[in-house]
Amino acid sequence: MYVLANPATFMRLSGRLLPWLVALSLATLAAGLALAFTSPPDYQQGETVKIMFVHVPAAWIASLAYVAMTASALGTLVWRHPLAEAAQKAVVPLGAAFSLLCLITGSLWGKPMWGTYWVWDARLTSMLVLFITYLGLMALWHTIEEPGRAARAASVLTLVGAVNLPIVKFSVDWWNTLHQGSIFRLTGSTVDRSILLPLLVMAAAFTLVFATLHVAGIRNEILRRRLRRLMLAAAADREPTARLVVRDALPVEGSVS
Amino acid sequence: MTAIPHLGFIVAAYAATVLVVGGATAAVLIDRWALRRALDRLEARGAGRGTEPRR
Repeated sequence: MYVLANPATFMRLSGRLLPWLVALSLATLAAGLALAFTSPPDYQQGETVKIMFVHVPAAWIASLAYVAMTASALGTLVWRHPLAEAAQKAVVPLGAAFSLLCLITGSLWGKPMWGTYWVWDARLTSMLVLFITYLGLMALWHTIEEPGRAARAASVLTLVGAVNLPIVKFSVDWWNTLHQGSIFRLTGSTVDRSILLPLLVMAAAFTLVFATLHVAGIRNEILRRRLRRLMLAAAADREPTARLVVRDALPVEGSVS
Repeated sequence: MTAIPHLGFIVAAYAATVLVVGGATAAVLIDRWALRRALDRLEARGAGRGTEPRR
């Protein structure tokens, strides 16, 4: 497992995996959209149910991204692994994008169904808090220049923010909210098969798109660290007194190569 | 032909999806392009030759 987590090995394996992930994502997305647009209207929501085929998967990915980020934060704090840091940083903008999409599509569904774009409902508010947490983490990553220090600070904030995840999930059970309850329960789904199938295929497509973008993002982070190391080394060559500072500034990055 | 109720909201939701997912994809691709360009420029000057993992 540790060998697989080596950045050089990751670059090699992910380079081979990425084209397949892209192809699988596009195929699943095409199938999901075809099913979504040929599905019958819901007896209550009518054609507006089609918004659910992008809203529910976006909400699922917004939470999944935070779970992935929390796991990476633990990897950063416990093992100080550079790949965990790269994975953590790469997932933040994706989580922000999908939680924003969840909020936008939810509002666009809410207006015709509830008569309002927004209510300070527990589910909506906790999702907004999740989006703001992602924005805060993006700001934190950009504020601290040294990647190792930024990763440790972001890890702490990520773990603190993880308390919001069960609130997002169970808010509809814990409070009497306008947002409907969970459609997936241990006893099965309450949704009709004609709507459940496109929903599940779209959720699979969004998961694959997220995985593809995350792998590509981790590769970018590894390249960014390499670029930073080379630039610092080049600066140290020009000015030998800077060499000690360069070496001391990159205790974590040294293990990337 | 019957008009689909709330069509504008449905179209707006899918347009937002295209924008957000397309934007995230474009951001990753542009970032990669810029990083590779900068790395190629540095390597052309001889920095880090033979010491780094292959891309």
